[in-house]
Amino acid sequence: MGKTLAEKVWDSHLVRRGEGAEPDLLYIDLHLVHEVTSPQAFDGLRLAGRPVRRPDLTLATEDHNVPTTDVLLPIADEVSRTQVETLRRNCAEFGVTLYPMNHAEQGIVHVVGPQLGLTQPGMTVVCGDSHTSTHGAFGAMAFGIGTSEVEHVLATQTLPLRPFKTMAINVNSADGRLRSGVTSKDVVLAIIAQIGTGGGQGYVLEYRGNVIENLSMEARMTVCNMSIEAGARAGMIAPDEVTFDYLQGRDHAPRGADWDEAVEAWRELRTDDDAGFDAVVDIDGDTLTPFVTWGTNPGQGLPLSERVPDPARIADENERFAAERALTYMGLTAGMPLREVPVDTVFVGSCTNGRIEDLRAVADVLKGRKVADSVRMLVVPGSMRVLHQAEDEGLNKIFTDAGAEWRSAGCSMCLAMNPDKLAPGERSASTSNRNFEGRQGKGGRTHLVSPLVAAATAVRGTLSSPEDLD
Amino acid sequence: MEPFSTHTGIGVPLRRSNVDTDQIIPAAYLKRVTRTGFEDGLFSAWRSDESFILNKPPFDRGTVLVAGPDFGTGSSREHAVWALSDYGFRVVISSRFADIFRGNSAKQGLLAAQVAQSDVELLWKLLENEPGTRVAVDLAAKTIVAKDLTVAFEIDDYTRWRLLEGLDDIGLTLRSAELIDRFEAARPGRLPSTG
Repeated sequence: MGKTLAEKVWDSHLVRRGEGAEPDLLYIDLHLVHEVTSPQAFDGLRLAGRPVRRPDLTLATEDHNVPTTDVLLPIADEVSRTQVETLRRNCAEFGVTLYPMNHAEQGIVHVVGPQLGLTQPGMTVVCGDSHTSTHGAFGAMAFGIGTSEVEHVLATQTLPLRPFKTMAINVNSADGRLRSGVTSKDVVLAIIAQIGTGGGQGYVLEYRGNVIENLSMEARMTVCNMSIEAGARAGMIAPDEVTFDYLQGRDHAPRGADWDEAVEAWRELRTDDDAGFDAVVDIDGDTLTPFVTWGTNPGQGLPLSERVPDPARIADENERFAAERALTYMGLTAGMPLREVPVDTVFVGSCTNGRIEDLRAVADVLKGRKVADSVRMLVVPGSMRVLHQAEDEGLNKIFTDAGAEWRSAGCSMCLAMNPDKLAPGERSASTSNRNFEGRQGKGGRTHLVSPLVAAATAVRGTLSSPEDLD
Repeated sequence: MEPFSTHTGIGVPLRRSNVDTDQIIPAAYLKRVTRTGFEDGLFSAWRSDESFILNKPPFDRGTVLVAGPDFGTGSSREHAVWALSDYGFRVVISSRFADIFRGNSAKQGLLAAQVAQSDVELLWKLLENEPGTRVAVDLAAKTIVAKDLTVAFEIDDYTRWRLLEGLDDIGLTLRSAELIDRFEAARPGRLPSTG
């Protein structure tokens, strides 16, 4: 019997196969680090007198806490500043490369790794951040870990793990395309709504089918990024010409004979025809339309054309109770058309949708239009590279002409650890990944959307897609 | 890590599903660089509501949390486990745990005990009808006992063994140091480095 993509990557990283109930020991090719989940791990190393085993396979960047304005000044929030300074001290002490604020390579850790060509097919990638699943778009096995595991990888470059189950998510349409105005964000929001926030627990997801094959690398990253929102630690896409074209010539991609050897090896990284998945989910790409969330977990989503659901019609008692709570928190009434929900803030950015293609999509909609007077719009590039590229293309001018704010790179309002926050009761349309209570600021209300829906919403002032603007 | 064998304490019924780690501890509390003292952040938004279960004695002294399905979803923050432990919780009972949360709990000696949702419902009713009921959890026997209710829970054998022994993962892994050296020596030279 053949192997799935996930099994191939797993097996090629086995340092030791576990016996009986013991987990396997896996080698880690790339460990990404940021300031929030690492300080206690470095402390642990110091206490035990252990070095970082492979600083050359470890890379740190400052992203969660960094302000997106006045970036040349010291960080005003003292606690944030201490955390960032702690990372700098730790990286200096342990010999880890760090891209600090204002460095040309600084940015959100999951934007930085791929754009440098550090994330490559068949690798194992970990980070103390659940959106590490992003890197699976390259056919890597990539997943988030807790701080104890961060310390473990720093000390040993390995992780003890029990094998995952595998789940195929097939997304197909008649011609392999999505309808106009439908993006990979809508695809993944629809998947999460279908299988639920716990549907992927214990699984590695493999996204397959002609719709996935036709997505750009950046669009694939958006899909894999949100695997964790379906409960799966990792999501993967088999590498193909799209992947190779993206990687060729990047700073850390192989060159010359190494490139040819690498591509030959990468072509083997696909699920064998006779391999079996533990679970299979089919998504009809022809029926997908722009999708938005109405509740307080990413599984509580619906097509934008629908109405706020009525909890009374939900059969399962726990889900009904959760929906009632969500509507109260979100300040929504059952039956209200989603298109009529007014927002105060539009946030474009994050490791989900903070790449150059996302910003181009937003600029296409905003060009020649104005952000509604009632709306504050923030556009936050995912990295300094994305920032510079957007400025070279003149996108920043389109944003500011429309009345949006053009910011510096970081996680920003995705999780509001910096000054970019919603006020209590404020409502956002956000291209980020989590609509949890208080995620974007205490009492803030979040609707997850695609970049296209974000831009159209900013113009109309209520949840909208670009077709509503004509 | 302290070994875990049995624990008995007041059970707290948390009738909510999808308790994500942003609810367990909001991002504002993640800026600290220390490992202790996270109890003030536990459920901080919910605790600002007087009617929240942990604001009602005797539940404020609870050590066994009984929650709805999909507990610990979302962010990988281990601070969620630290906040629960620092507050005094030793056991969380749910019918479904998020993968990363489950892993993080095991590292810190917080027992994530998985039971059928019907058993969660029975525990909720009992703890609500008789506040202050003490729940006895036996890791070796994999049982939860509260009054005349006895429930079996699931946990994988390896995690159970590690918790019972109080073993540190890094120490265990370093027993395989030679195998790591050997694996490392055989890695293709074309693989990227960050330097």
